[in-house]
Amino acid sequence: MAVVHNFEYYKPLKLAETLKLLKKYGDKAKLLAGGTDLAVFIKEGVLFPEAVIDIKHVKELQKLELKKDGLFVGAQASFSDILESANIKKDYLLLWESARSVASVGIRNRATLVGNICSAVPSLDSGPALLCYDAVVHLASTKGEREVPISEWFLAPRRTAMKPDEIVTGVFIPKPKIKNAGCYLKLGRYGGEDLAQAGLGVFVNDKLEYKLAYCAVGPVPKRAAKIEKLLKGKALSTVLIAKAMSLVPEEIAPIADIRSGKEYRIHMCKIMLERGLEVCTERMKGKIIDTLRILGG
Amino acid sequence: MAKIKFILNNEMRTVDVEPNETLLDVLRDKMGVKSPKCGCDRGDCGACAVMIDGKSVRSCLVFAIEVNGQEVTTLEGISQPKLTKLQEAFIQFNSFQCGYCAPGVIISATELLNNNPHPDLEEIKEALSGNLCRCTGYQPIFEAIMDVSRKRKK
Ligand code: FES
Ligand code: FES
Repeated sequence: MAVVHNFEYYKPLKLAETLKLLKKYGDKAKLLAGGTDLAVFIKEGVLFPEAVIDIKHVKELQKLELKKDGLFVGAQASFSDILESANIKKDYLLLWESARSVASVGIRNRATLVGNICSAVPSLDSGPALLCYDAVVHLASTKGEREVPISEWFLAPRRTAMKPDEIVTGVFIPKPKIKNAGCYLKLGRYGGEDLAQAGLGVFVNDKLEYKLAYCAVGPVPKRAAKIEKLLKGKALSTVLIAKAMSLVPEEIAPIADIRSGKEYRIHMCKIMLERGLEVCTERMKGKIIDTLRILGG
Repeated sequence: MAKIKFILNNEMRTVDVEPNETLLDVLRDKMGVKSPKCGCDRGDCGACAVMIDGKSVRSCLVFAIEVNGQEVTTLEGISQPKLTKLQEAFIQFNSFQCGYCAPGVIISATELLNNNPHPDLEEIKEALSGNLCRCTGYQPIFEAIMDVSRKRKK
């Protein structure tokens, strides 16, 4: 099918060049990395950019950088790049599992994590992991650089804190300092390629600090602060987990849509919380568990 | 119009494209490469899969202008100089019926076997989860790939 809308195509090699283009075009420009969202948006008449700026060849926007104090996911890093890193699997398992749950190989080879948070659809798989790790979004424009904590990034479906003349150069994920475990559970209509009906990131550390974040069950992905507070400092028991599960409806605001009803989503978010906490507890003990089929499918 | 130059199935090719032309359309309509098929045109079905620099991508979601200077391989390239063991197995197991999904499935399975010579059934299903087949129920496709995996030396 021919694409109706046409645009200017730019392929800058330097960040400064990219920023100048962004300044010139403002919200009439769209950045192109993997293009798995952008191409669909242009084809289906959702977006009509005057200029498309391909950032795959910008030297400064590196892929992945493992540093002592954390991981920098550059704007060119695809989900496959993340999955191929044994170090990420070891130290950032929650992030790794969320990358694995994105669509399918042919999409993951192209789609970037930074693109995922810029598209900012409510079901984005990378959201819960980044929220649990307290990631920081790095932005640049001709005016300079700034950082936005991921908790302030998502404003509404497909709306973020990014300004029209800005580019996200990468996302920094601080390395958890003490022993920890995490997992990402994704509920889809079937195993394999699907958008999430609900997603949950769970993170626990040695001090019994819990971090929980849901996606696809509200306008933006968000942490479940009340449940985190309830669990803080406590070892898990059946009674405690049941109490946590009863708080789930206060934490999420799911809609009914083509993928599932509202009641089903609420119910499953409770089950996901229970299983996610169990997985993390077992992983803390050093047990190896695959979460791929933990919700059936 | 812009002139782009890239390696297509081991051959350097040049072609004029508009920025909004997808790689899928350019391959099929301007370069005579017909193996990538248009199923959904929005990244869901995998019928349009090709490889860019050895990695499978959805050619319906790539603008042709992006591949300037890169290497694109389609099923036509994979089948040269002769059918691969995997393709022979697909024939032997009668893996396809209408065949519309076949080019995409072969791209995905080839990539899988390049990265993982002995995948188990779960890994095969995961690797093919982005390829929809309306005819076969997938079983004969999985069986052929399992067979190749088994017959390869450990
Ligand atoms: S035609 Fe490209 S994925 Fe369906
Ligand atoms: S054989 Fe017909 S779609 Fe797969």
